[in-house]
Amino acid sequence: MLKTFRLGGVHPHDYKLSRDAAIRIFDIPASVTIPLGQHIGAPATATVQKGDKVRVGDVIGTASGFVSANIHASVSGTVTAVDSVPDGANLRKPAVTIAVEGDEWNPEIDRTDTLVKECTLEPKEIVARIAAAGVVGLGGATFPTQVKLSVPQGKVAEMLIINGVECEPYLTADYRLMMERGEEVLVGCEILMRALGVEQCYIGIENNKPEAIKHLNDILSTGSYHKGIHVVPLKMRYPQGGEKQLIAAIAGREVPSGALPIDVGAVVQNVGTTYAVYQAVQKRRPIVDRVVTVTGKKLAEPSNLLVRIGTPVSALIEACGGLPEDTGKVINGGPMMGRAMANIDAPVTKGTSGVLLMPANESVRGRERACISCAKCVEACPMGLEPFLISKLARQGLYDRLERERTADCIECGCCAFTCPSYLPLLDYVRIGKAETLKIIRARQAK
Amino acid sequence: MNETLIYTIAILVGLGLAAAVILYFVAQKFKVYEDPRIDETEAKLPGANCGGCGFPGCRGMAEALVKSDDISALYCPVGGAATMKSVAEYLGKAVAEKEPAVAVVRCGGTYGCRPRINTFNGARSCLVEASLYGGETGCTFGCLGNGDCTRACNFDAIHMNPETGLPEVDEERCTACGACVKACPKQIIELRKKGVKGRRVCVYCVNKDKGAVTRKACSAGCIGCGKCVKTCPFEAIALENNLAYIDPEKCRLCRKCVAVCPTGAIAAVNFPTPAPKPEPAAAAQETTIAQQEGGEQHA
Repeated sequence: MLKTFRLGGVHPHDYKLSRDAAIRIFDIPASVTIPLGQHIGAPATATVQKGDKVRVGDVIGTASGFVSANIHASVSGTVTAVDSVPDGANLRKPAVTIAVEGDEWNPEIDRTDTLVKECTLEPKEIVARIAAAGVVGLGGATFPTQVKLSVPQGKVAEMLIINGVECEPYLTADYRLMMERGEEVLVGCEILMRALGVEQCYIGIENNKPEAIKHLNDILSTGSYHKGIHVVPLKMRYPQGGEKQLIAAIAGREVPSGALPIDVGAVVQNVGTTYAVYQAVQKRRPIVDRVVTVTGKKLAEPSNLLVRIGTPVSALIEACGGLPEDTGKVINGGPMMGRAMANIDAPVTKGTSGVLLMPANESVRGRERACISCAKCVEACPMGLEPFLISKLARQGLYDRLERERTADCIECGCCAFTCPSYLPLLDYVRIGKAETLKIIRARQAK
Repeated sequence: MNETLIYTIAILVGLGLAAAVILYFVAQKFKVYEDPRIDETEAKLPGANCGGCGFPGCRGMAEALVKSDDISALYCPVGGAATMKSVAEYLGKAVAEKEPAVAVVRCGGTYGCRPRINTFNGARSCLVEASLYGGETGCTFGCLGNGDCTRACNFDAIHMNPETGLPEVDEERCTACGACVKACPKQIIELRKKGVKGRRVCVYCVNKDKGAVTRKACSAGCIGCGKCVKTCPFEAIALENNLAYIDPEKCRLCRKCVAVCPTGAIAAVNFPTPAPKPEPAAAAQETTIAQQEGGEQHA
């Protein structure tokens, strides 16, 4: 019996169209636009001005708070503007635009492909290097990694859990990384274990990726890696990649409402983040590029591309065969949690795990009808909430009742809206409710 | 048979008497004194329970009016000056005179001047749409057109115009309670003083983008050119973040700004005659466009 989480979840078809497409290095575009807010938390403060020359890996924005991250130049060239630029949602956000000239790297960065296994750094130094490199959760949540690795006083990390689940349909970026950079990912695991001082590490991979499970097990069986690293095959189910669901699936521990994974002794990191940690600590290479899955049923060439941060999304689509004629939606991320893009010239950011092109007939929501009280959403909710009730309360503006319904626990996975036979926009309103609940909680804490 | 009847009646009467005695003493013990003036004051209020005063209904307002010594900060937007005067006379307290206000939708981006660049397929709610992205048009500040304001109105005073895609305020019905102001996630609606015979001059745009960006997104947007600021003889117009704002307290309704606005973002409403001609220096052609557009949208 394979492990999985206990509560809720749905089974979307996985459509991993690009699973066998090896990671392809995408050409450097003529100019990149690097947003200063690519992570959860405060946007970075720009440290460059118009006309400045930068090299790949130079800091162009420094973290402006505890929950914030450094931003680095992903190309070499001249800064042409520090201005607000429309993002995928067509909202203007501060960004640095760089016109590319050659490909000159910051000399501190080790650009070779040789595997550096030895790491004798102190945990503090490791965290400092990760923070300097601007590493954030690359699974899509973009939470600054150094914050997660700074275990609060009085709490003890017992295990590291690596998220190789990639439960979002279509996306294959993490899968390709495990297949092609398996050794580096495992060294990354060792570094993270060292930083946290834990002896156990579990890599969770869903059973729709048997090759990845086998590949990592093969590398581990050589015996040259930490004995505490285990690959845990998981039963395919969405949203297993959610932090709390993954802990429940692997460790059998439930994170209580309002608590963090560290409260049950677990720290969860994504495979992509682990690879970035390896790069940051062993090679001093900041996040200047990432693997992006460009996929879609009608797309000529579903691919996994290694893209410099700041490349326009439209350029990726062009490189994979162009926008199919009947495209109804371009989604930044996967089909379940991704956001439809209003502006496909928006740049690739650290959180762009995929670009999904949905055909027109699949991208329209069904006509909204009345709730028939079937409770399918309650059954599907992996956090044990009652989405129909929360969305109704939020719709009517009864925000003061939402906290008791544990609305702040919502992980916005979209299972409720996915499963609703009346096509109710459940998540749309739950999100509003969640934001209002968090406002109420914050206002109380501020008192 | 008879006995049963008698016993039943006797027991019930006995119980009833006992309960009455107990309840009488309980009621005496836990009696809450309520100022009778609260009821009287509530009767004088309109009874709309709209919450426009900031209290949870007319009862709450009445309590506040009776209890606080200084009621000059309290105001019933529905009843207006007349209601406040009668309440003040009854309570023997002084109230501040307030000019009647009206809700103004500060967006002139009709379907015609603001092309749709994408289609929003989510819940038909401005709050939801605003939380997700910049909206269906290139303008990320303007009206989203899902009608949250119309649903918030208790007086049936604001309606969506299907031809323009913008809400329109029925000035006769609007009580300036501010429900629509709170409901609009884009902060487009503003309560402005009604003015003599409803005559007002206002910038019908809230776009803070740079001029070139605004112009690309909407032909009726304020591009922050500053012509109105220079023209205004009363220094009533301020330009901040590429957006002009007319201070209703300083505006003397001369309408010179309406004539010089190159995009027609400034409009005068409820005036019988068209705006005065601009100085010969201003481009005549632009002015006509401004007048026409202003007239169409906001007359």
